[in-house]
Amino acid sequence: MEKELRLMKGNEAIAEAAIRAGVDAYFGYPITPQSEILEYLMEANPYEKTGMVVLQAESEPAAINMVYGGAACGKKVMTTSSSPGISLMQEGISYIAGAELPCLIVNVVRGGPGLGTIQPSQSDYFQACKGGGHGDYHLLVLAPASVQEMADFVELAFDLAFKYRNPVMILSDGAIGQMMEKVYLKPYREREKTLPEWATTGKPPTRERNIITSLNLDPYLHEKHNQKIQAKYREMEKNEVRFEEFQTEDAEYLFVAYGTSARVCQKAVQLARTEGIKAGLIRPITLYPFPSVRINELAGKMKHIISVEMSAGQMVEDVRLAVNGQTEVTHFGRMGGVIPTPEEVLEDLKSKI
Amino acid sequence: MKVVTGDKDIIQPENLVYKRSSILTDKQFSYCPGCGHGTAHRILAEVIEEEGLQPVTVGVCPVGCSVLMYDFLDIDMQEAAHGRAPALATAIKRLLPDRFVFTYQGDGDLAAIGTAETLHACNRGENILIIFINNGIYGMTGGQMAPTTIPGMVSTTSPYGRDVKTMGNPLKITELVAMLPGTCYVTRQSVHTPAAVRKTKKAIKKAVEYQKRNMGTCFIEIVSNCPSGWRMTPVEANKWMEENMFKFYQPGDLKVPPEEPEKSKDDNE
Amino acid sequence: MTEEILIAGFGGQGILSMGKILAYSAMMQDFEVSWMPSYGPEMRGGTANVTVIISTERISSPILRQFDTAIILNQQSLDKFEKSVKSGGMLIYDGNGITRHPERKDIEIYRIDAAEEAARMKSPRTFNMIVLGGYLKIKPLIKIENVIEGLRKSLPERYHKMIPDNEKALIRGMEIIRKLNN
Repeated sequence: MEKELRLMKGNEAIAEAAIRAGVDAYFGYPITPQSEILEYLMEANPYEKTGMVVLQAESEPAAINMVYGGAACGKKVMTTSSSPGISLMQEGISYIAGAELPCLIVNVVRGGPGLGTIQPSQSDYFQACKGGGHGDYHLLVLAPASVQEMADFVELAFDLAFKYRNPVMILSDGAIGQMMEKVYLKPYREREKTLPEWATTGKPPTRERNIITSLNLDPYLHEKHNQKIQAKYREMEKNEVRFEEFQTEDAEYLFVAYGTSARVCQKAVQLARTEGIKAGLIRPITLYPFPSVRINELAGKMKHIISVEMSAGQMVEDVRLAVNGQTEVTHFGRMGGVIPTPEEVLEDLKSKI
Repeated sequence: MKVVTGDKDIIQPENLVYKRSSILTDKQFSYCPGCGHGTAHRILAEVIEEEGLQPVTVGVCPVGCSVLMYDFLDIDMQEAAHGRAPALATAIKRLLPDRFVFTYQGDGDLAAIGTAETLHACNRGENILIIFINNGIYGMTGGQMAPTTIPGMVSTTSPYGRDVKTMGNPLKITELVAMLPGTCYVTRQSVHTPAAVRKTKKAIKKAVEYQKRNMGTCFIEIVSNCPSGWRMTPVEANKWMEENMFKFYQPGDLKVPPEEPEKSKDDNE
Repeated sequence: MTEEILIAGFGGQGILSMGKILAYSAMMQDFEVSWMPSYGPEMRGGTANVTVIISTERISSPILRQFDTAIILNQQSLDKFEKSVKSGGMLIYDGNGITRHPERKDIEIYRIDAAEEAARMKSPRTFNMIVLGGYLKIKPLIKIENVIEGLRKSLPERYHKMIPDNEKALIRGMEIIRKLNN
């Protein structure tokens, strides 16, 4: 079947892609800059078309716990929010990770801390990649840099979530959520009819009862459980690292940037090259697992590496760990909802030469 | 279950008058002597068995003493974060509308940290059963004040008795949910006497029936005791409950479906 | 070919929808497009702006500081963005309410009195289409029929009866735009 071309906002693309990916349910609570997702779904009324449940919850904690309940039934369930709302969901996310439930959580990041601004930011990197909630756990984190990827990553996220029985986060930002671009939409995929064998769906005589819990009163058993989920993360690190490179072949200076910042850096690379500066860009697509190996390989031939983020410098810590002292790594960024311009990024690069 | 003396089973089909529900696992209850949880679990298990609901039941456990309820019941269950059980149940029922879905929650879980989830699930009229065990105290954490601790009642965090001026009033959340248009059946029962146990079991059966008919949220409060938390013997605790708790939380139906005739021959038992 | 455009003015002037129609019609001609609005409370009655990029290449940054073309529809935006036009680029502005006119010598400056014209045509809601028509006269990247098609796709059906008026406005814009310098 032919793909359908549309001009859409990133937020709308996520919503439409969810319907087409055969998602079973969406639970969410409005917050700027991502309310279009719930609005779009309510207007599209997919229950009539695919049977997808869409419900406006009373709060973010309720929404994430609805995700828990639905995911524990083996269904494809998702929620979306923006930074303050994602903070409210952290309890539920930790439980979901502990209970090993597959689901999708989308964070259309805005500037923090606190109520912050409604403008785009990347200051939730630590929260997304380093836990956020309590306990040793990881989300698999995908960072789209275009409206097309907002759409494509929905299906990818669910495939990965079910492959590893692990929550997946799409870490976007207000710019990608609000901007419109061309997007090719995939044809409708039917909702899954068979549910995984671990799902709580009512105990038939043919199997033992299924229990979904993150609780283990015995610390030795719980250590085993932790070892099991850690082993899963090692598998993800082996199999699921995704990144994109731009003009790195002959580069002497490297930008590391994801999402909106990567788009800005791509332009900065173009501007730098017109001035004879050999700049390149690596864009992590998975923030966890992080493309440490590739960054380590590239680092050896770089005179300088700049981690460009719309934050005070969060991913830069992972870049430094990956580079492991081979060359100097600095951070450049704007905070509080300000997007750096390609010219600013270029100026920062020139200051390192 | 078999009870064996010597080489001869003393229980034969012709003399069997009562048996342990097949829905209860062999795991021994972890509850304190005299606690109402065991009885409440047992009658819920009996209803699931008698109505043949095991293959269609998905239950949600709370955080509190009954956090390990899934160890005792041979049904599919989910363990919720503290207070969030009605949110889980909402999703389960919406995604699996033909299943029997219930939550089982204590007073701290349901009426303090989970107040929003409780009220909104009831207000949306989710087709679920909420079983609310109200013993006016936080049992698992060692007897702290609950949202339902009655005025003057002693707990480890109200050691001189609950002073409503500084500690606030007990929350009659069952009265609150009865006012919401989404609930179809709201009742307050207990499990401290055989008669009360029979009535509560009947209430659960009604809730099963209403859920089958998609009539809205059913909410059954079971006023219960906590001999350990109350620092009483089981007998003292039940007496204290009748004399004090029932004054504040009067047993009986708060809301019944309008079209339900109050008669029914079983009621005359 | 890449054309980086800023459209800025008051909220309510149809700035975002003008950008959207431009992006939509460019997409119909197989261009890569991006539409990046300023969003948030300033949309309500304050200033609004949108960056539209039309390109034959994959678009890099949707956020820019320098533009090939700036379409400026109020004084605040003129003060703020006149310097954001690339040297050799172009600035189009509506003279309505403007007290300090653009002064740069290194860019082409066009004036289009679209607000006045929309009022004269008794069709104030087609103001933004007059401006768009003017722009397309100078930069004929997109065919008028594709703009009409873009309108049809991006407008809810209940507004489709207004499409002929919009077409008239586009053509009128082409007629009234005038170059001010060199």
